[in-house]
Amino acid sequence: MTTDLLPALTAHVMATAHANPRTCHCATATLAAREDATVVRHAGTVAKAHAPDADPAELTLRLTVATRLPGILLPPLTPTPTELHGRLVTHWPYGTPVDPDDPDAAPWEAAATLLALLHRAPAPTAVPPMRGPAKAAHAIALLRATAPDHPATAPVLHAWATLPPWARGEAPMPDTATLCHGDLHLGQLIRHPAHNGPWLLIDVDDLGTGVPEWDLARPAAWYACGLLAPDEWHRFLTAYRTAGGPAVPPDGDPWTALDAPARALTAQTAARAVTKAVAAGRPLDEVERSLVDACARMGPVCPPAPSS
Amino acid sequence: MQCPKCRAPMHTYNRNGVQIEQCSGCRGIFLDYGELESLTRLESQWSQPAPPAPPAAPQAYPAAPAPAWGAPHGGHHGHHRHKSFGHMLFSS
Repeated sequence: MTTDLLPALTAHVMATAHANPRTCHCATATLAAREDATVVRHAGTVAKAHAPDADPAELTLRLTVATRLPGILLPPLTPTPTELHGRLVTHWPYGTPVDPDDPDAAPWEAAATLLALLHRAPAPTAVPPMRGPAKAAHAIALLRATAPDHPATAPVLHAWATLPPWARGEAPMPDTATLCHGDLHLGQLIRHPAHNGPWLLIDVDDLGTGVPEWDLARPAAWYACGLLAPDEWHRFLTAYRTAGGPAVPPDGDPWTALDAPARALTAQTAARAVTKAVAAGRPLDEVERSLVDACARMGPVCPPAPSS
Repeated sequence: MQCPKCRAPMHTYNRNGVQIEQCSGCRGIFLDYGELESLTRLESQWSQPAPPAPPAAPQAYPAAPAPAWGAPHGGHHGHHRHKSFGHMLFSS
Protein backbone atom coordinates (compact mmCIF):
# COMPACT_ATOMS: atom_id res chain seq x y z
CA MET A 1 0.00 0.00 0.00
CA THR A 2 1.00 3.61 -0.50
CA THR A 3 1.64 4.17 3.21
CA ASP A 4 4.24 1.38 3.19
CA LEU A 5 5.76 2.39 -0.10
CA LEU A 6 7.85 5.38 0.97
CA PRO A 7 9.89 3.60 3.71
CA ALA A 8 10.30 0.56 1.47
CA LEU A 9 11.41 2.69 -1.45
CA THR A 10 13.82 4.59 0.82
CA ALA A 11 15.41 1.34 2.02
CA HIS A 12 15.51 0.17 -1.58
CA VAL A 13 17.27 3.26 -2.91
CA MET A 14 19.85 3.10 -0.10
CA ALA A 15 20.57 -0.52 -0.92
CA THR A 16 20.86 0.37 -4.60
CA ALA A 17 23.16 3.33 -3.96
CA HIS A 18 25.67 1.52 -1.74
CA ALA A 19 27.05 -1.97 -1.36
CA ASN A 20 26.81 -1.50 2.39
CA PRO A 21 24.16 1.11 3.20
CA ARG A 22 24.48 0.69 6.98
CA THR A 23 27.79 2.50 7.07
CA CYS A 24 26.68 5.48 4.99
CA HIS A 25 25.79 8.94 6.23
CA CYS A 26 24.42 10.28 2.94
CA ALA A 27 21.19 12.22 3.02
CA THR A 28 17.94 10.76 1.71
CA ALA A 29 15.32 13.03 0.17
CA THR A 30 11.79 12.45 -1.07
CA LEU A 31 11.66 14.23 -4.42
CA ALA A 32 8.00 13.45 -5.15
CA ALA A 33 5.17 11.68 -3.36
CA ARG A 34 2.11 11.77 -5.59
CA GLU A 35 -0.54 9.19 -6.35
CA ASP A 36 1.05 8.41 -9.69
CA ALA A 37 4.71 8.54 -8.63
CA THR A 38 6.92 8.34 -5.57
CA VAL A 39 10.52 9.42 -6.13
CA VAL A 40 13.30 9.08 -3.53
CA ARG A 41 16.93 10.11 -3.79
CA HIS A 42 19.87 8.74 -1.83
CA ALA A 43 23.36 10.04 -2.63
CA GLY A 44 23.70 9.88 -6.42
CA THR A 45 20.86 7.39 -6.96
CA VAL A 46 17.17 8.06 -7.52
CA ALA A 47 14.46 5.38 -7.33
CA LYS A 48 11.03 6.03 -8.81
CA ALA A 49 7.93 3.98 -8.02
CA HIS A 50 5.64 4.35 -11.03
CA ALA A 51 1.85 4.65 -11.19
CA PRO A 52 -0.02 1.58 -9.90
CA ASP A 53 -1.39 0.87 -13.40
CA ALA A 54 1.99 1.13 -15.18
CA ASP A 55 2.50 -1.71 -17.66
CA PRO A 56 5.85 -3.51 -17.19
CA ALA A 57 6.35 -4.34 -20.89
CA GLU A 58 5.55 -0.79 -22.02
CA LEU A 59 7.70 0.78 -19.31
CA THR A 60 10.61 -1.46 -20.30
CA LEU A 61 10.34 -0.30 -23.93
CA ARG A 62 10.31 3.31 -22.76
CA LEU A 63 13.42 2.66 -20.61
CA THR A 64 15.10 1.18 -23.68
CA VAL A 65 14.50 4.40 -25.60
CA ALA A 66 16.09 6.39 -22.75
CA THR A 67 19.06 4.01 -22.71
CA ARG A 68 19.57 4.33 -26.46
CA LEU A 69 19.20 8.11 -26.69
CA PRO A 70 21.77 9.46 -24.20
CA GLY A 71 22.31 13.17 -24.77
CA ILE A 72 18.55 13.64 -25.16
CA LEU A 73 17.05 11.53 -22.36
CA LEU A 74 18.63 10.64 -19.02
CA PRO A 75 19.63 6.97 -19.31
CA PRO A 76 18.40 4.73 -16.47
CA LEU A 77 20.87 2.90 -14.20
CA THR A 78 19.11 -0.42 -14.85
CA PRO A 79 17.50 -1.43 -18.14
CA THR A 80 14.33 -2.94 -16.66
CA PRO A 81 11.99 -2.04 -13.80
CA THR A 82 11.95 -4.06 -10.58
CA GLU A 83 8.90 -4.63 -8.42
CA LEU A 84 8.41 -3.33 -4.89
CA HIS A 85 5.12 -3.50 -2.95
CA GLY A 86 3.23 -4.14 -6.17
CA ARG A 87 4.73 -1.09 -7.89
CA LEU A 88 7.25 -0.92 -10.71
CA VAL A 89 10.46 0.79 -9.62
CA THR A 90 13.13 2.27 -11.90
CA HIS A 91 16.61 3.58 -11.02
CA TRP A 92 18.25 6.77 -12.26
CA PRO A 93 21.35 8.84 -11.63
CA TYR A 94 20.65 12.06 -9.72
CA GLY A 95 20.69 15.30 -11.70
CA THR A 96 20.05 18.92 -10.75
CA PRO A 97 16.51 20.08 -11.56
CA VAL A 98 15.35 23.53 -12.67
CA ASP A 99 15.12 25.74 -9.57
CA PRO A 100 11.38 26.10 -8.85
CA ASP A 101 12.11 29.37 -7.01
CA ASP A 102 13.81 30.83 -10.04
CA PRO A 103 11.66 30.01 -13.08
CA ASP A 104 13.14 33.04 -14.84
CA ALA A 105 16.33 30.97 -15.17
CA ALA A 106 14.38 28.19 -16.91
CA PRO A 107 16.34 26.63 -19.77
CA TRP A 108 13.74 27.24 -22.50
CA GLU A 109 16.32 26.90 -25.29
CA ALA A 110 17.65 23.61 -23.93
CA ALA A 111 14.13 22.23 -23.50
CA ALA A 112 13.24 23.12 -27.09
CA THR A 113 16.49 21.79 -28.51
CA LEU A 114 16.12 18.46 -26.68
CA LEU A 115 12.55 18.13 -27.99
CA ALA A 116 13.70 18.86 -31.54
CA LEU A 117 16.43 16.21 -31.23
CA LEU A 118 13.95 13.71 -29.79
CA HIS A 119 11.43 14.40 -32.56
CA ARG A 120 14.14 13.90 -35.19
CA ALA A 121 15.52 10.69 -33.69
CA PRO A 122 14.42 7.43 -35.30
CA ALA A 123 12.72 5.31 -32.62
CA PRO A 124 15.44 2.86 -31.44
CA THR A 125 12.79 0.27 -30.61
CA ALA A 126 9.07 -0.18 -31.12
CA VAL A 127 7.37 1.99 -28.50
CA PRO A 128 3.72 2.36 -27.51
CA PRO A 129 1.86 5.56 -28.43
CA MET A 130 2.70 8.76 -26.55
CA ARG A 131 0.20 9.12 -23.73
CA GLY A 132 -0.50 12.88 -23.82
CA PRO A 133 -4.04 12.72 -25.29
CA ALA A 134 -4.98 9.80 -22.99
CA LYS A 135 -3.81 11.78 -19.95
CA ALA A 136 -5.77 14.84 -21.10
CA ALA A 137 -8.89 12.66 -21.53
CA HIS A 138 -8.37 11.36 -18.00
CA ALA A 139 -8.25 14.92 -16.61
CA ILE A 140 -11.50 15.76 -18.44
CA ALA A 141 -13.19 12.58 -17.15
CA LEU A 142 -12.14 13.52 -13.62
CA LEU A 143 -13.55 17.03 -14.09
CA ARG A 144 -16.88 15.59 -15.28
CA ALA A 145 -17.01 13.25 -12.31
CA THR A 146 -15.92 15.63 -9.55
CA ALA A 147 -17.15 19.08 -10.62
CA PRO A 148 -20.17 18.62 -12.93
CA ASP A 149 -21.89 21.76 -11.64
CA HIS A 150 -18.93 24.11 -11.29
CA PRO A 151 -19.43 27.19 -13.49
CA ALA A 152 -16.02 26.61 -15.13
CA THR A 153 -16.81 23.04 -16.16
CA ALA A 154 -19.08 23.96 -19.09
CA PRO A 155 -16.51 26.17 -20.90
CA VAL A 156 -13.78 23.53 -20.40
CA LEU A 157 -16.02 20.79 -21.81
CA HIS A 158 -16.96 23.10 -24.66
CA ALA A 159 -13.27 23.59 -25.49
CA TRP A 160 -12.69 19.83 -25.28
CA ALA A 161 -15.58 19.25 -27.72
CA THR A 162 -13.88 21.45 -30.36
CA LEU A 163 -10.92 19.03 -30.57
CA PRO A 164 -10.33 16.36 -33.19
CA PRO A 165 -10.84 12.79 -31.85
CA TRP A 166 -7.09 12.01 -31.78
CA ALA A 167 -6.42 14.96 -29.44
CA ARG A 168 -9.09 13.59 -27.08
CA GLY A 169 -7.49 10.17 -27.02
CA GLU A 170 -10.48 8.72 -28.89
CA ALA A 171 -8.68 7.81 -32.13
CA PRO A 172 -5.10 6.93 -33.07
CA MET A 173 -2.84 9.94 -33.56
CA PRO A 174 -2.21 10.93 -37.19
CA ASP A 175 1.56 10.49 -36.62
CA THR A 176 2.65 7.02 -35.50
CA ALA A 177 6.39 7.34 -36.15
CA THR A 178 7.72 10.44 -34.37
CA LEU A 179 9.17 9.99 -30.88
CA CYS A 180 7.54 12.34 -28.38
CA HIS A 181 8.06 13.02 -24.68
CA GLY A 182 4.35 13.36 -23.95
CA ASP A 183 4.47 15.42 -20.75
CA LEU A 184 6.82 18.37 -21.09
CA HIS A 185 7.07 20.90 -18.27
CA LEU A 186 9.98 22.46 -16.40
CA GLY A 187 10.08 19.59 -13.91
CA GLN A 188 11.10 17.28 -16.77
CA LEU A 189 14.59 18.74 -17.20
CA ILE A 190 17.69 18.00 -15.16
CA ARG A 191 21.40 18.62 -15.48
CA HIS A 192 23.45 15.47 -15.41
CA PRO A 193 26.14 15.21 -14.08
CA ALA A 194 24.63 17.37 -11.35
CA HIS A 195 25.22 21.15 -11.44
CA ASN A 196 27.38 21.49 -14.54
CA GLY A 197 26.31 18.71 -16.87
CA PRO A 198 24.15 19.23 -19.95
CA TRP A 199 20.37 19.45 -19.66
CA LEU A 200 18.51 16.20 -20.34
CA LEU A 201 14.84 15.19 -20.46
CA ILE A 202 13.54 12.87 -17.75
CA ASP A 203 10.33 10.96 -17.04
CA VAL A 204 9.59 8.45 -19.77
CA ASP A 205 6.15 7.41 -18.45
CA ASP A 206 4.26 9.12 -21.28
CA LEU A 207 6.99 8.84 -23.94
CA GLY A 208 6.04 7.20 -27.21
CA THR A 209 5.32 7.76 -30.87
CA GLY A 210 2.79 10.37 -31.81
CA VAL A 211 2.14 13.96 -32.82
CA PRO A 212 5.25 16.02 -31.92
CA GLU A 213 3.20 19.24 -31.76
CA TRP A 214 1.91 17.89 -28.43
CA ASP A 215 5.32 18.45 -26.83
CA LEU A 216 5.28 22.14 -27.78
CA ALA A 217 1.66 22.58 -26.85
CA ARG A 218 1.95 23.12 -23.10
CA PRO A 219 4.29 26.15 -23.41
CA ALA A 220 2.16 27.23 -26.40
CA ALA A 221 -0.98 27.04 -24.25
CA TRP A 222 0.70 29.00 -21.43
CA TYR A 223 1.71 31.64 -23.94
CA ALA A 224 -1.73 31.77 -25.56
CA CYS A 225 -3.39 32.17 -22.16
CA GLY A 226 -1.18 35.17 -21.39
CA LEU A 227 0.79 33.34 -18.68
CA LEU A 228 4.13 32.74 -20.38
CA ALA A 229 5.83 35.95 -21.47
CA PRO A 230 6.10 36.43 -25.26
CA ASP A 231 9.88 36.59 -24.91
CA GLU A 232 10.11 33.15 -23.28
CA TRP A 233 7.76 31.64 -25.86
CA HIS A 234 9.83 33.23 -28.64
CA ARG A 235 13.07 31.81 -27.21
CA PHE A 236 11.53 28.35 -26.93
CA LEU A 237 10.06 28.36 -30.44
CA THR A 238 13.19 29.83 -32.05
CA ALA A 239 15.45 27.23 -30.41
CA TYR A 240 13.13 24.43 -31.58
CA ARG A 241 13.24 25.72 -35.15
CA THR A 242 17.00 26.30 -35.05
CA ALA A 243 17.48 22.67 -34.01
CA GLY A 244 15.38 21.54 -36.97
CA GLY A 245 12.35 20.39 -35.02
CA PRO A 246 9.68 18.99 -37.36
CA ALA A 247 6.51 19.95 -35.45
CA VAL A 248 6.22 23.49 -36.82
CA PRO A 249 7.14 25.05 -40.17
CA PRO A 250 10.68 26.52 -40.10
CA ASP A 251 9.28 30.06 -40.25
CA GLY A 252 6.00 31.90 -40.35
CA ASP A 253 2.96 31.24 -38.22
CA PRO A 254 3.30 28.08 -36.08
CA TRP A 255 -0.33 28.11 -34.92
CA THR A 256 -1.79 26.13 -37.78
CA ALA A 257 0.22 23.21 -36.37
CA LEU A 258 -0.13 24.09 -32.69
CA ASP A 259 -3.77 25.14 -32.46
CA ALA A 260 -5.43 21.79 -31.71
CA PRO A 261 -2.83 20.43 -29.25
CA ALA A 262 -2.56 23.80 -27.48
CA ARG A 263 -6.36 23.81 -27.08
CA ALA A 264 -6.13 20.29 -25.64
CA LEU A 265 -3.43 21.29 -23.15
CA THR A 266 -5.38 24.43 -22.19
CA ALA A 267 -8.50 22.32 -21.54
CA GLN A 268 -6.48 19.68 -19.63
CA THR A 269 -4.73 22.28 -17.46
CA ALA A 270 -8.02 24.07 -16.82
CA ALA A 271 -9.70 20.77 -15.93
CA ARG A 272 -6.94 19.94 -13.44
CA ALA A 273 -7.14 23.43 -11.95
CA VAL A 274 -10.92 23.23 -11.45
CA THR A 275 -10.70 19.70 -10.01
CA LYS A 276 -8.03 20.82 -7.55
CA ALA A 277 -9.86 24.00 -6.57
CA VAL A 278 -13.08 22.04 -5.93
CA ALA A 279 -11.22 19.45 -3.85
CA ALA A 280 -9.65 22.24 -1.79
CA GLY A 281 -12.97 24.10 -1.48
CA ARG A 282 -11.52 27.33 -2.83
CA PRO A 283 -12.34 29.61 -5.78
CA LEU A 284 -10.18 29.66 -8.91
CA ASP A 285 -7.26 32.04 -8.76
CA GLU A 286 -6.41 34.55 -11.47
CA VAL A 287 -4.13 32.19 -13.38
CA GLU A 288 -6.68 29.37 -13.32
CA ARG A 289 -9.43 31.72 -14.49
CA SER A 290 -7.31 32.77 -17.45
CA LEU A 291 -7.24 29.11 -18.60
CA VAL A 292 -11.02 28.79 -18.28
CA ASP A 293 -11.51 32.14 -20.07
CA ALA A 294 -9.37 30.87 -22.96
CA CYS A 295 -11.54 27.72 -23.13
CA ALA A 296 -14.63 29.93 -23.30
CA ARG A 297 -13.18 31.86 -26.25
CA MET A 298 -12.49 28.77 -28.38
CA GLY A 299 -14.46 28.50 -31.60
CA PRO A 300 -14.38 25.52 -33.95
CA VAL A 301 -10.98 24.15 -34.98
CA CYS A 302 -10.07 24.89 -38.57
CA PRO A 303 -8.43 21.97 -40.36
CA PRO A 304 -4.72 22.66 -40.95
CA ALA A 305 -3.89 23.90 -44.42
CA PRO A 306 -2.31 21.20 -46.62
CA SER A 307 1.47 21.61 -46.55
CA SER A 308 2.88 23.01 -49.75
CA MET B 1 -6.63 51.59 -12.42
CA GLN B 2 -7.01 55.31 -12.97
CA CYS B 3 -8.27 56.90 -16.18
CA PRO B 4 -5.27 58.40 -18.02
CA LYS B 5 -7.48 61.27 -19.22
CA CYS B 6 -9.56 62.41 -16.24
CA ARG B 7 -7.97 60.37 -13.38
CA ALA B 8 -11.31 58.89 -12.25
CA PRO B 9 -11.27 55.18 -11.29
CA MET B 10 -11.77 52.70 -14.13
CA HIS B 11 -13.97 49.63 -13.77
CA THR B 12 -13.39 46.31 -15.52
CA TYR B 13 -16.19 44.78 -17.57
CA ASN B 14 -16.21 41.47 -19.38
CA ARG B 15 -17.64 41.54 -22.89
CA ASN B 16 -17.82 38.02 -24.36
CA GLY B 17 -14.60 37.03 -22.64
CA VAL B 18 -12.80 40.29 -23.47
CA GLN B 19 -11.97 42.42 -20.44
CA ILE B 20 -12.36 46.12 -21.03
CA GLU B 21 -11.81 49.00 -18.60
CA GLN B 22 -14.29 51.85 -18.61
CA CYS B 23 -13.78 55.14 -16.79
CA SER B 24 -16.46 55.92 -14.21
CA GLY B 25 -16.01 59.65 -14.94
CA CYS B 26 -15.63 60.40 -18.65
CA ARG B 27 -16.84 56.89 -19.75
CA GLY B 28 -13.72 56.47 -21.88
CA ILE B 29 -12.69 52.88 -22.63
CA PHE B 30 -9.24 51.36 -22.27
CA LEU B 31 -8.35 48.25 -24.26
CA ASP B 32 -5.34 46.07 -23.49
CA TYR B 33 -3.10 44.98 -26.32
CA GLY B 34 -4.97 42.67 -28.70
CA GLU B 35 -8.40 43.34 -27.23
CA LEU B 36 -9.52 45.49 -30.14
CA GLU B 37 -8.75 42.56 -32.45
CA SER B 38 -10.62 40.21 -30.12
CA LEU B 39 -13.69 42.44 -30.18
CA THR B 40 -13.53 42.79 -33.96
CA ARG B 41 -13.24 39.03 -34.27
CA LEU B 42 -16.19 38.46 -31.92
CA GLU B 43 -18.24 40.87 -34.00
CA SER B 44 -17.43 38.99 -37.20
CA GLN B 45 -18.22 35.66 -35.50
CA TRP B 46 -21.59 37.09 -34.53
CA SER B 47 -22.64 37.57 -38.17
CA GLN B 48 -20.73 34.58 -39.56
CA PRO B 49 -20.96 31.30 -37.61
CA ALA B 50 -17.87 29.59 -39.08
CA PRO B 51 -14.92 31.98 -38.71
CA PRO B 52 -11.80 31.66 -40.85
CA ALA B 53 -8.41 30.49 -39.54
CA PRO B 54 -7.64 31.95 -36.08
CA PRO B 55 -4.26 33.65 -36.61
CA ALA B 56 -5.62 35.91 -39.33
CA ALA B 57 -6.44 38.78 -36.94
CA PRO B 58 -4.25 41.77 -37.72
CA GLN B 59 -1.89 42.86 -34.94
CA ALA B 60 -1.71 46.44 -33.74
CA TYR B 61 2.09 46.27 -33.93
CA PRO B 62 4.54 43.48 -34.81
CA ALA B 63 4.23 40.59 -32.38
CA ALA B 64 4.52 36.83 -32.33
CA PRO B 65 1.38 35.21 -33.73
CA ALA B 66 -1.12 33.78 -31.27
CA PRO B 67 -4.40 31.91 -31.65
CA ALA B 68 -7.67 33.83 -31.73
CA TRP B 69 -8.77 32.22 -28.47
CA GLY B 70 -5.63 33.49 -26.73
CA ALA B 71 -5.52 36.18 -24.08
CA PRO B 72 -4.26 39.68 -24.76
CA HIS B 73 -0.62 39.97 -23.70
CA GLY B 74 0.65 42.82 -21.62
CA GLY B 75 -2.46 42.46 -19.51
CA HIS B 76 -2.68 41.02 -16.06
CA HIS B 77 0.27 38.63 -16.07
CA GLY B 78 2.65 40.55 -18.25
CA HIS B 79 5.59 41.26 -16.00
CA HIS B 80 5.51 39.60 -12.62
CA ARG B 81 5.05 35.86 -12.47
CA HIS B 82 2.03 34.71 -10.47
CA LYS B 83 2.83 32.14 -7.77
CA SER B 84 0.16 29.80 -9.12
CA PHE B 85 1.75 29.90 -12.57
CA GLY B 86 5.17 29.27 -11.05
CA HIS B 87 3.76 26.01 -9.73
CA MET B 88 2.02 25.23 -13.04
CA LEU B 89 5.34 25.47 -14.90
CA PHE B 90 6.48 22.40 -13.01
CA SER B 91 3.36 20.22 -13.16
CA SER B 92 1.60 17.96 -15.63
